[in-house]
Amino acid sequence: MNTDLVKRRLPVLRAAGERVHDWNEFHTHLAESTLREQSGRCMDCGIPFCHTGELFDGAASGCPLNNLIPDWNDLVFRGNWKAALELLHKTNNFPEFTGRVCPAPCEGSCVLGIAGEPVTIKTIECAIVDRGFAEGWIVPRPVRRRTGKKVAVVGSGPAGLACAAELNKTGHYVTVFERADRIGGLLMYGIPNMKLDKAIVQRRVDLLAAEGIDFITNTEVGRGYPTDRLLYEFDAVVLCAGATRPRDLSIENRNLPGIHFATDFLHANTKSLLDDSHANGNYISAKNKDVIVIGGGDTGTDCVATALRHGCRSLVQLEILPLPPIARAVDNPWPQWPRIHRFDYGHEEAMALSGKDPRSYSVMTKRFIGDKRLEGVETIDVVWKKESGRASSLSEAPGTKRVWPAQLVLLAMGFLGAEREGLISQLGLTVNERGLVPVDENKMTNIPGVFAAGDIERGQSLVVWAIADGRKAAVSVHNYLKNAHDGSLENSGLTALTRHKQN
Amino acid sequence: MPAKPQRRRDTKQGLYDPRNEHDACGVGFVADIKGRRSQRIVRNALEILLNLEHRGASGCEANSGDGAGIMIQTPHEFLLTECLRLGLQLPAFGQYAAGMLFLPTAEGPRKACEAILEKIIVEEGQELIGWRDVPTNDSLIGPTARDSKPIVRQVFIRCNEDLKDDAAFERKLYVIRRRATREIKRSNIDQSAAFYVSSLSYKTLVYKGMLTARQLPEFYPDLMADTLTSALAIVHSRFSTNTFPSWARAHPYRYLAHNGEINTLRGNVSWMRAREGKFASSLFGADLQKVLPVIDSDTSDSGMFDNALEMFLLAGRSLPHALMMMVPEPWTGDPFMSAEKRAFYEYHSLLTEPWDGPASIVFTDGFVVGALLDRNGLRPARYYITSDDLVVMASEVGVLDVPADQITAKGSLKPGNIFLVDTNKDRIIGDDELKHTLATEHPYQDWLDANMVTLDHLPEPPYVHETNYETIVQRQRAFGYTYEDLKLLIEPMASTGNEAVGSMGTDTPLAVLSERPQLLYNYFKQLFAQVTNPPVDAIREQLVMSADTCIGPEANILEPSPECARQIRLPSPILTNEELEKLRLLGDSESIWGKAGFKSLTIPTIFQVAQRGKGLKQAIDSVCEQSSAAIAAGYDLIILSDRDISAEMAPIPALLAVAAVHHHLIREGTRTQVGLIVESGEPREVHHFCLLLGYGAAAINPYLVFETLHDSVVKGLFSAVEMPAALQNYVSAINKGIIKVISKMGISTTQGYCGAQIFEAIGLHQDTIDKYFTWTPSRVGGANLDVIAKEVRRRHAVAFSDGSEEQTLDSGGHYQYRRDGEPHMFDSRVIHKLQAACRTGNYRTFKEYSELVNSQSRNLFTLRGLMEFRSIRAPVPIEEVEPVAAIVRRFKTGAMSYGSISKEAHESLAIAMNRIGGKSNTGEGGEDPERYFGDANGDSRNSAIKQVASGRFGVTSHYLVNARELQIKMAQGAKPGEGGQLPGEKVYPWIATVRYSTPGVGLISPPPHHDIYSIEDLAQLVYDLKNANPEARISVKLVAEAGVGTIAAGVAKARADVVLISGYDGGTGASPLTSIKHAGAPWELGLAETHQTLLLNDLRSRITIETDGQLKTGRDVVIAALLGAEEFGFATAPLVTLGCIMMRACHLNTCPVGVATQDPKLRAKFNGDPANVVNFMTFVAEEVRELMAQLGFRNLNEMVGHSECLQARKINHWKAHDIDLSQILFQPNLPETVGQYCQVTQDHAFENTLDCTRLLDICRPALRAGEPVSATLPIRNFHRAVGTTLGSEITRQYGPAGLPHDTIQLCFEGSAGQSFGAFIPKGITLRLEGDANDYLGKGLSGGKIIVVPPRNSTFTPRENVIIGNVALYGATSGEAYINGIAGARFCVRNSGANVVVEAVGDHGCEYMTGGRVIVLGQVGRNFAAGMSGGIAYLVDEAKQSQQFCNLEMVSLTPLEDQQEVEFVKDAIFRHAEYTGSTRATEVLLAWDQFVASIVRVMPNDYRRVLEEAVLAAGFHG
Repeated sequence: MNTDLVKRRLPVLRAAGERVHDWNEFHTHLAESTLREQSGRCMDCGIPFCHTGELFDGAASGCPLNNLIPDWNDLVFRGNWKAALELLHKTNNFPEFTGRVCPAPCEGSCVLGIAGEPVTIKTIECAIVDRGFAEGWIVPRPVRRRTGKKVAVVGSGPAGLACAAELNKTGHYVTVFERADRIGGLLMYGIPNMKLDKAIVQRRVDLLAAEGIDFITNTEVGRGYPTDRLLYEFDAVVLCAGATRPRDLSIENRNLPGIHFATDFLHANTKSLLDDSHANGNYISAKNKDVIVIGGGDTGTDCVATALRHGCRSLVQLEILPLPPIARAVDNPWPQWPRIHRFDYGHEEAMALSGKDPRSYSVMTKRFIGDKRLEGVETIDVVWKKESGRASSLSEAPGTKRVWPAQLVLLAMGFLGAEREGLISQLGLTVNERGLVPVDENKMTNIPGVFAAGDIERGQSLVVWAIADGRKAAVSVHNYLKNAHDGSLENSGLTALTRHKQN
Repeated sequence: MPAKPQRRRDTKQGLYDPRNEHDACGVGFVADIKGRRSQRIVRNALEILLNLEHRGASGCEANSGDGAGIMIQTPHEFLLTECLRLGLQLPAFGQYAAGMLFLPTAEGPRKACEAILEKIIVEEGQELIGWRDVPTNDSLIGPTARDSKPIVRQVFIRCNEDLKDDAAFERKLYVIRRRATREIKRSNIDQSAAFYVSSLSYKTLVYKGMLTARQLPEFYPDLMADTLTSALAIVHSRFSTNTFPSWARAHPYRYLAHNGEINTLRGNVSWMRAREGKFASSLFGADLQKVLPVIDSDTSDSGMFDNALEMFLLAGRSLPHALMMMVPEPWTGDPFMSAEKRAFYEYHSLLTEPWDGPASIVFTDGFVVGALLDRNGLRPARYYITSDDLVVMASEVGVLDVPADQITAKGSLKPGNIFLVDTNKDRIIGDDELKHTLATEHPYQDWLDANMVTLDHLPEPPYVHETNYETIVQRQRAFGYTYEDLKLLIEPMASTGNEAVGSMGTDTPLAVLSERPQLLYNYFKQLFAQVTNPPVDAIREQLVMSADTCIGPEANILEPSPECARQIRLPSPILTNEELEKLRLLGDSESIWGKAGFKSLTIPTIFQVAQRGKGLKQAIDSVCEQSSAAIAAGYDLIILSDRDISAEMAPIPALLAVAAVHHHLIREGTRTQVGLIVESGEPREVHHFCLLLGYGAAAINPYLVFETLHDSVVKGLFSAVEMPAALQNYVSAINKGIIKVISKMGISTTQGYCGAQIFEAIGLHQDTIDKYFTWTPSRVGGANLDVIAKEVRRRHAVAFSDGSEEQTLDSGGHYQYRRDGEPHMFDSRVIHKLQAACRTGNYRTFKEYSELVNSQSRNLFTLRGLMEFRSIRAPVPIEEVEPVAAIVRRFKTGAMSYGSISKEAHESLAIAMNRIGGKSNTGEGGEDPERYFGDANGDSRNSAIKQVASGRFGVTSHYLVNARELQIKMAQGAKPGEGGQLPGEKVYPWIATVRYSTPGVGLISPPPHHDIYSIEDLAQLVYDLKNANPEARISVKLVAEAGVGTIAAGVAKARADVVLISGYDGGTGASPLTSIKHAGAPWELGLAETHQTLLLNDLRSRITIETDGQLKTGRDVVIAALLGAEEFGFATAPLVTLGCIMMRACHLNTCPVGVATQDPKLRAKFNGDPANVVNFMTFVAEEVRELMAQLGFRNLNEMVGHSECLQARKINHWKAHDIDLSQILFQPNLPETVGQYCQVTQDHAFENTLDCTRLLDICRPALRAGEPVSATLPIRNFHRAVGTTLGSEITRQYGPAGLPHDTIQLCFEGSAGQSFGAFIPKGITLRLEGDANDYLGKGLSGGKIIVVPPRNSTFTPRENVIIGNVALYGATSGEAYINGIAGARFCVRNSGANVVVEAVGDHGCEYMTGGRVIVLGQVGRNFAAGMSGGIAYLVDEAKQSQQFCNLEMVSLTPLEDQQEVEFVKDAIFRHAEYTGSTRATEVLLAWDQFVASIVRVMPNDYRRVLEEAVLAAGFHG
């Protein structure tokens, strides 16, 4: 395929001005002919960097799930969607999630990107799986024989679901515990509906349930459900409870009402939406408010988009870091994850409504203003200085103090690790300096038989890492159960996954 | 304590194995047609030998020859006189035999040997007459030869009168010789190995030894005695690849002398051995058992050939008959062959596979003497017949000074032909007559019709296995199928009928080091031809190839009978399911198949997987026992089938099953009574089928791959093809692939390949090898049956595990990296780190890179990964280690042609290497002359190494003089034994310019160098190049394989300055996937073998060893140095520093980083800089220094060969724990005088050339001031490369333009040696009155060559051969006019010379890309094969050109264009003028009549491109 002739094409999202008035997904699909043409841009590299999932300079280069991208690209190019789906599912339990929400490190390391535009890998992935559902190819495949071993998975986010799915395939009985009322963790309540329709999440959960996984909601292990019981009832436990302690901003007037963590804002919004389309009003509304989102990451953007849908009066997103470059910097060469300025759906929507990008860079929040009730935010601009190597330092720029009116502030500044109370403390798990649960190379914690996977041990990260970790933990749990007990599990289906571990 | 230095070096030690010795040489004979004996014949023969001396060789001592010898008729008068002096009375001629014996030097052992012989003579009913000491004079022979010199004695045996006839006496003598040899070898007599019978016959006597040609008559004064007469004499001068003392290996053997190599030897020997079980001979009677086995295992390939020939002869066949049987013509594809001759060959093909390989054989039984050339005709065999009935036949003309007016005919032997002088009948018997007589001796066709069965004869079977879609994925998993197999290997074959092509070598672990289960096939590497035996071009020279094979029980080969034809003939070794069922039903006696007279039995090859290695072994034993029982029960075919696998039963690897049965039955002596068929789900790629054939399968039914084709089509995995085309294409691709693999070894028929075991195992335990793969080299030990069983078990478990719902295959990742597949040394991390380090010049990042590469845990990829350093010397401070600048001078970049990589990449490498004083390499695509001049900024883009490859693209005099090193590429790591092809769309104008070709027209590099068919040819090319640029080092590039060390020894003796041992894994070129993975060996093995072998020969100090193949770090370099290398090549890593990301799409022209592409748009994306490469080389050198300091070496020379600084690392790996590196790390125990690295300059002796002694002086005025010069000189065949040095001086002085035409005019009278006028530039005209040998006008670069018969000659020029083979090979410009017939392969790869010749032999104008060739008479077969440019004009009154041309790439059209008519007429006119050709005059006189008969041979592509050019230019021609 001549990549000079076929340009990279992405699906046009629903028009920003239109979609911002509803909660439906903004994704659309390309026509099949276009998708096939786009997949034909794939060059079937000798080393498909897109699928390697290496960590370079702290960021993923290529797909952490090692999706067999060139192979399914080729199948899509030939129009063999079913075979493509099989290969996609071979490495990725939930392509309908990653195909929507993943920032696509695969595309960041696509060889075409060295001197051009990468293949639209994520779009193709999403198209494959959506087609699979549409065609009815994805049906429950209940497990024929059970090993008799029982595994508990605590937390039903992407790591927990992936881990549960893999363990279930091998024939173990799997029970997933979720403290919320709905299964899905961040997939359900972290990511807003317009980015990931909750029906899509539920569809997968239903599939897994049909395949025999036991889901228990509204149950928090370590609070309502003691950990002793857990250890007693199950042969192995996998903790996938996430890194849910949000980073706070300890500045003046932090305790004013109207200042919320982004996760609380997003969770409540989605729950209310799902319960009765916001009729109950059990959510933090941004309607007619001046909203300031502090934090320039994906969660911040989700807050932007949600606030816009509430009908906020104005909206500003503050980021302390400087504006990233338009193209790769010298110290950020291919195949590293490109640290460049991006324009996400929320920003597009803000542009459509207000005509300007809501983001301000190199801005540090100094204090909240108000008395009893939040009235505004005071900021100062900062200057970043690059010191030797990669370490940077910031200093305040004199005379750049600004005051922004605000009735609602959303803190989206990342997370500080796992919640220690309850689960972790009850189990007596070690916690490291990053607030995370340390694990060995088999994802086992300091307690034998207790594993951890996903953000709880990695720290806040991408859905795709969570799935990868969950899968990896499943392999380890399986090996653990096999070795710790008897050899009867030897021939179960995980052999394909365990190959690289043997001997 | 070190043992005392050994004298005997001809035993296996370290990696050196004497089995690998090769030789080639000069051969010849002289005979009096009328059978008149004279001493003159002997003297003439000795003179021939002397004049062929340059074709022989000597080793480390100039006066220790490789071997020379002569065979004559028993000189009765002489012996009578000599014996009388000793008091021995010889009876009349014919009543006694004279034996020529080598005996131990010590008296006791000698007497003991003699006593045994005497005893046996009596036991065999004959009578000892007595002994004679043969006088020898060893004062002139070298110390090595002298030290190993045996006592030479003659024994005389009287014939018992009871013997019925002469032949019976010869048979008795044979029995005596075999018995004595065997008994003495088995005895405990000291020095018994010295006992050797050179000859024992009443008809012939052999004088030979480890001598040079010159020494032979000096050493044996007998030979100069006036009374020593003979009517015929065969001589031979040997060029061996090494010089271990071997008096016995000198030729002639008892019936022949051989110039060449038997490529199928291993198979021939096995089959011969196997056939012995069925031997019966009414002539031998009970004596037969005394002489078995027929083949001496410790003789050379020629000796073994002689053994077999002797047996056939003594059992009743005539010498020519036996030779026709053993070395058949290609009969399957020859439309001209007579029916009876074809029947003869077909019948005999059922008796024996060919002894295939280059062979020019001269033979005699004492009465007839003759010569034979193999089907490829790759050895020269030229003859004169004189008016006084003398026949002189030799590898060269001019070896005997025969007055021109006495010569009645000059000829050269054609491929496949026999030339016979029968001194009993007083005449020469031509090939046609001889073969017709033999072919009509028996009604062969009737025998075939009555007995031979073809598949078509058998009715359709009622039941055929169909595809089972339900279980297919499970079975695919059980047999280890991967997605990559489907996508990369199988689909391309199914869609296109060809194997897929890849590039950038291989960097996955050796099978034994892989963590994953590997198919057993992956443990085997294909051997291939390099130097000593040329590969064949299976595509362009298809006429010699044959995929036919036959299967069935063999009968007694010794006595021809109709029963011998009872065989089933198969058109291809791949059986479809239908075909297999036909054969399977042969076992059903009830049915119509049962009545075909054959019986077949299916034996399951499966084992209880839970029983592991033990179960596997038991199952194999059982299969072997069942096979024996089947034979006893009269079955003719055994089908080894793994169809019955199940959850409990796993397949025995098919290769293991077939090899085990094959060797079991050989040992049992029943092998030839059955044919073996493999029915297996396992084989799918070309390599698999080759191995199955190579280890004894006659045919294979790969049922699972057939099902996979069906399934994939149904599932829509194959987009471009449907059934049944997919299946037909696949089978066709496999067949082509097999042919290609066998042709790489120079083998022409599948039948000859069957059982030939042309493989080396890497990573299999010696016990496993000995038991199942007997005789296969396996030099590092490794996996045993337990491991093999475990690998099967892993695959089986994946397929049959209970809970598995998995419906997908593994990725594979062997060719393209996959995270869940095989690891690759170059993965994303390594590439990222390397690029980052070299772009930023950051040594710390580089260390991270090298740590990644070297890291012990990851490094179980390669043999060197299993080694670790031993600090046994005191470390030295790093400041004392030689500087980086000294080390980088030893670094080179790999040979990558301009054409395969972009101008930007190619020049960046050159600039970088020139900056640091290293060397870059042009590759085989020529080089733009503008790069020879420095750039303004001080950089130079001139590649220091200029490669000379088989295509000779752009190899001009100017190119050669601008080199610091000239590299002869014999093979390349990515595809040893193969040629290459640059498709037309990649021949961009700028590529065409430097390659002297036409843009848009594809280019072919032939598999062999057409001027190197043997080691003495290589010596000749080294000599030619040295003459073409005396200042350049000459390097020879080889690829590692078992036996490469002995070839390197030959290279050293051929006086090359550098030998490069490439690993199989390197190589950036495009190549069939089979070759990338499965041909050749790691450099660690090849390098160590080379170093050890050169040391053993004391040749190491004469030659520099270089190595390459995935060298990446300082550690790699240091290990290479410790194993014997002094210089180091890097290719992939420097490309990566320039931006390569291992796309492996070099062959597609789509390289996204502008490295391996010519597309200007993609080239614009090139982002490399020479500084990146400089950084890389500097970093590696710095690492080398650090390691040297640690190991205690101050400079690199000091370190070379110190393998004691390495040891095997302790590893815990489920397969590799039994790997044994001791052979690699072996150090021969040698005197200290033996140099460990290159210290001595090769003596090229070119100061003795005619150029240096005469021509340069004569031409001084022209060289100095361009003044005209002319002279006339005599010339002899030992004057080689005449004019070449002169030409190089002209080029140096005057550049590529040369001098005005005819400035220098030199006339020579006599027979010119090889390479007359090689590379001469414009301004030189050489006129030769006489004749010339091979390679006339090689690489002609603008000069002019005229060859005419001597003025007083009487023969008709157009009917006689005047110049040898391969004239004008790789000519780029210039003219030649030849008044006579040229030999085979005339104008091969001509790209610009204009030539007129009277007639040419086979394969004329092959691969030609430019120039004009006018042939006034007959052309041989396969004219214009692979010709992609230029035009040939054939004056074809007989309208035969259609039959003789290979029409694959050319069309024949009439000559009509007026301008062209004028051009042709002009050229013929000049031919008449220069040479006085009567034929030219005849044509010109009746021009209008002749012009209509001129056929224009025009390459299709070339015409298309020219026409487009004309259209584009806007006018019509």
